[in-house]
Amino acid sequence: METAQDLTATGTETRQEPAGTFKGSGSQALLNGLIAEGVSTIFGYPGGAIMPIYDALYDYNERLEHILVRHEQGGIHAAQGYARTSGKVGVVFATSGPGATNLVTGLADAQIDSTPLVCITGQVFAHLLGTDAFQETDVINITTPVTKWNYQVTDAKEIPEVLAKAFYVAKSGRPGPVLIDITKNAQLQIETFAPYKKCNHIRSYRPAPQIRQEFIAEAAALINKAERPFVLFGQGVILGKAEKEFTEFIEKSGIPAAWTIMGESAIPTDHPLNVGMLGMHGNYGPNVLTNECDVLIAVGMRFDDRVTGRLDKYAKQAKIVHLDIDPAEIDKNVKADVGVWGDCKATLPLLTALVEKRNHQAWLDRFKAYNQEEQDQVITPELYPAGEEMTMGEVLRNINEITGGDAVIVTDVGQHQMVACRYAKFNKTRSNVTSGGLGTMGFGLPAAIGAKYGAPERTVIAIIGDGGFQMTPQELGTIMQFGAAVKILILNNRFLGMVRQWQQLFHDKRYSFVNITSPDFVALAKSYYIEASRVDERASLRSALETMINHEGSYLLEVMVGKENNVFPMVPQGCSVSEIRLK
Amino acid sequence: MQTTSGTAENENGKQEYTITVYAENRIGLLNRIAIIFSKRKINIESLNTSPSEIEGIHRFNIVIHESAEVVRKLARQIEKQVEVLKVYYNTNEEIIWQELALYKVSTDEITEKVTVERLLRQYGASAVVIRKDYTVFAVTGHKEETDALVKALEPYELIEFVRSARVAIIKDSAGFHEKLKEFEALEPGEEVVENEFLDKGDKIFTM
Repeated sequence: METAQDLTATGTETRQEPAGTFKGSGSQALLNGLIAEGVSTIFGYPGGAIMPIYDALYDYNERLEHILVRHEQGGIHAAQGYARTSGKVGVVFATSGPGATNLVTGLADAQIDSTPLVCITGQVFAHLLGTDAFQETDVINITTPVTKWNYQVTDAKEIPEVLAKAFYVAKSGRPGPVLIDITKNAQLQIETFAPYKKCNHIRSYRPAPQIRQEFIAEAAALINKAERPFVLFGQGVILGKAEKEFTEFIEKSGIPAAWTIMGESAIPTDHPLNVGMLGMHGNYGPNVLTNECDVLIAVGMRFDDRVTGRLDKYAKQAKIVHLDIDPAEIDKNVKADVGVWGDCKATLPLLTALVEKRNHQAWLDRFKAYNQEEQDQVITPELYPAGEEMTMGEVLRNINEITGGDAVIVTDVGQHQMVACRYAKFNKTRSNVTSGGLGTMGFGLPAAIGAKYGAPERTVIAIIGDGGFQMTPQELGTIMQFGAAVKILILNNRFLGMVRQWQQLFHDKRYSFVNITSPDFVALAKSYYIEASRVDERASLRSALETMINHEGSYLLEVMVGKENNVFPMVPQGCSVSEIRLK
Repeated sequence: MQTTSGTAENENGKQEYTITVYAENRIGLLNRIAIIFSKRKINIESLNTSPSEIEGIHRFNIVIHESAEVVRKLARQIEKQVEVLKVYYNTNEEIIWQELALYKVSTDEITEKVTVERLLRQYGASAVVIRKDYTVFAVTGHKEETDALVKALEPYELIEFVRSARVAIIKDSAGFHEKLKEFEALEPGEEVVENEFLDKGDKIFTM
């Protein structure tokens, strides 16, 4: 306990001057660095190898809010939700061994969805590395493929510089997760630390490629000649904080714009040029007309296979203009005729300056015509069902009517996710939090907790299926303890719905292990002292949703929806986007 | 450095490419680069890490047999890594390369059945060690050349054989000095705060 007393003594000194030179432990240097980076919230779980950091944290209670999650996976998903709604870097603490390996799913999710995170893991003493010590895992090598950068610290002197580098790497350029593994001796080691310096340059790292004006000019020339131009936008617009620049670009050029689910909410749902969702369960017009446009302008998106369908039949007639901050994305899946490398916050205004003011009304009307067809055949029956069974779509419609589109919608993965992305109305950016690239079931509940911390003034609604909820229900405990006012909406169809839909459509209805039973979710929530109710008939749906949304504090509502409803339209796997099915 | 010259291309458009990576000398970076290949189930034919013309910067030579498009994508993925400065990829026509091979042969065997002198002359070999029991020859050259000597020595009890990875010089490269200056002078990120640790990377970031 001598060490602990030492830490407390120097801790007092540190509190008075967090940015100045101080003598203290590596743990204190870490926490001072977090404060200097503007961190206020940490999601974490203590354990043996990270105890010195938690010991130091005891003295930082007033400046760093630590949310004790119930599982490290919940912690990292919460940090992702936090980063997505706040635009800041999410911070996670976990111990060595199982604590660190439990982060892997979240790291992979954050890596593929470009979410800025800094994860701090404890590690065994440096002299024990490689001895198979208790709770020792090779965290650096396990996490290398799923981090933008990672680093193992064995000497406290490295901590401030490595932390500064971690934050810089996590949030600059194309953001991503960073992991720092700190051995226990480095956490305990007493050193005199220089004032914390943020990092803004690493000689081997170019966050954004240099903008080449000639490619902007080439892109503008293609756009100005186009008769049927079409814009696809992804999360790059949100990550680049370029919503305004993007809106100015489409408004001046008059080009219809469709979104990937990661880009949703970058412009309001009811913007006249917003023609809807791309991809497998996207809207009819955007998919069909991808194969009819003459110039396709992709902004901050990466042509995921769920967006493109069959690549050799994807927009072959069109000239492709691709704006991306990550040079590795250009020509990766779809060959660009003009690749505009750079941060879209910088490139879009340059492009806007060169494009002519146009109005593509006839072309826009074609999207409207397809939309009408989709309305009649898919959307209206989904939002205003004639049958007795409730649909997921009508639940979303009611939410839109109650919130007006101002809520943050967090989803899990599966049918409800596609329905939520298709039908939720958004007025503001950073409102749709979903696991896009990795498709992580169990993401929804913990991500919603983090989303609420990232946007405390907003209503946060987590929409989760009965399957996904059962992957991370332990985070109800986090809500219970810390009071995050998350509205939890379980859309229960008593199936693993998306897999069941595929089995119905492509595997002769052989329902192999998709029939899932559930506990009494209402009783489960109540056992965590969270208010809850269940709705199984339409008559009480609206009032139940109003009760949930207007409830002070967290609330769980289970809605029993039709068992075998399918999400349409659908581009079957291996088909072209223009082969999209309405039923 | 990209090329479409296809003299050595086979029917899949695949040919030998030498990837040159300039990178910081950091623990774990080799793994980060290697998994870019293994993730895509691409075999690395040869890999060499060495110092470069600039102190503190390492140079990797990686040889793979792939199409130009695949190599271009791989190069961009490698260059994306935080600690990688620059990646070039070249066909065999664009580089000067060498590999070193060592051969251990029984001294009795070769003195009886083949003349050392002939071997040395014919294959450009040099004798590194000559002992009563064995002799070690070294040959520097391309794979075909070093393989030929393996064949030639087969009848005479080749005890051990080893060949190094390829090391390659890019014919029309002016070296990395100017590029490095460019990189070090690049505009800093949005938060303009001087970082006193920038040039002390080796002292700070190595264990």
